[in-house]
Amino acid sequence: MKRDSLILFLLLPASLVICGCQTMLTATEKVTTQAESIGMIHPSYAQAIKKSTGAVSKSIEEFTPEQEYYIGRSVAAVILTKYQPYTNQPANQYLNLLGQTLAQASDMPEIFRGYRFLVLNSDEINAFATPGGQIFVTRGLLRCCRNEDAVAAVLAHEIGHIQLKHGIQAIKKARITDALTTIAAESARALAPNEVAMLTETFGGAIMDITTTLINNGYSRSFEYEADNAAQTILRRLGYDPNGLVEMLMVMGKNLKSGESGFAKTHPAPQDRIDEIQQKLGIKYSRVRTPDARQARFTKAVGKI
Amino acid sequence: MSRVRTFLLAVLFLCVFCLPLFSATQEFLSVQVKEGQMRSTPSFLGSVMASLAYGDRVELIEDKGAWKRVAIRGGKIKGWVHMSALSTKKIALRAGTADVQTRATSSELALAGKGFNAKVEAEFKNKNKNIDYTWVDRMEMLAVKPDQMHAFLKQGQVNPPEGVAP
Repeated sequence: MKRDSLILFLLLPASLVICGCQTMLTATEKVTTQAESIGMIHPSYAQAIKKSTGAVSKSIEEFTPEQEYYIGRSVAAVILTKYQPYTNQPANQYLNLLGQTLAQASDMPEIFRGYRFLVLNSDEINAFATPGGQIFVTRGLLRCCRNEDAVAAVLAHEIGHIQLKHGIQAIKKARITDALTTIAAESARALAPNEVAMLTETFGGAIMDITTTLINNGYSRSFEYEADNAAQTILRRLGYDPNGLVEMLMVMGKNLKSGESGFAKTHPAPQDRIDEIQQKLGIKYSRVRTPDARQARFTKAVGKI
Repeated sequence: MSRVRTFLLAVLFLCVFCLPLFSATQEFLSVQVKEGQMRSTPSFLGSVMASLAYGDRVELIEDKGAWKRVAIRGGKIKGWVHMSALSTKKIALRAGTADVQTRATSSELALAGKGFNAKVEAEFKNKNKNIDYTWVDRMEMLAVKPDQMHAFLKQGQVNPPEGVAP
């Protein structure tokens, strides 16, 4: 009889694996609840187990793509109060053709209303990506690009930030909890006017958290390296030269003035990023060579920006 | 005798745990983006054969990494959709309907138009009159169609290498 119990004990985890992760999550919850109800484990400990097993799946699903879209729209609107759009149609059209094509090759090709790109009329070297898919690049940054492969690298880096949900992670945790609590109440009924007001306040706070990070503080170095990494993958999948990013960073290193706002303040030094790309991804630098047709359209659209 | 009993017990145990796996023959997913793309092959290079609308339910047929082969219209049309367009939750298009209240718990359900939505944006705009959405709205019109993307790649001699596509 003792041996039977032992076999059962060994079989339990095995069968859980066979049944897949989702079932395992539910099964863990069930077992934990049972253990808790018969007094095997303390309720607070049981809660912790449930929380930790659910954490991975829940954290990714905190906001729906639709909600990220609305967050993105307002983040974009705030950025456009600080920076003027560059209303040159061929430049913006080129950026959207290139950028939206790159996004298709990313790990997150589908977002609520798709990716959109716009040039900002600023000499500052800078770029921003909102959680909703709006991506902005300054004329100053485009001037660091000598070919299409370099522009592709800049846009792919910004797509990387969206794919990795870096913008959403800039929202203060307490605010996310506030928002999700109010939103959860909505599944049973429509929100009361005071709840809409509360949600709007939380929304405003979230927009502030993200724009402050994007414009003033910047992401952590590790987020920047992760975005560079994602950019390399996107470039490779499409057939652009991964050295496009290295080359752009070389020019940026020359163009950046110390003490300047924008990239100089919010990003690791270009040389540090080059070192990281070359060491981690094993890229050996060789000059980017692009076909004439590609170079011609680059020059025509943004070459003299 | 004891060995036989142990074996039977083990088989029984496996059956109980694996039963849900085999009995759930049909698995459905919901489209969580405004317009999802169904492609002929599991790659961003595959031609777009159909568009899916927000909240549409699709039947999962096959899993291939980030791509899901799904069926729509009762199995009449089958194609590949990237997982970023899909959610395991059922998406209800309107909040506060009887369907929402009775059928599913919040963890099984995502409400379209819930939480941060157009209404919240309007309230936020009202309180922050200095923030201008004109160009945010204009950006939405800069959509690029799949055939324009293919033409762009071809014209610039950008050649996606074989077997690298996600």
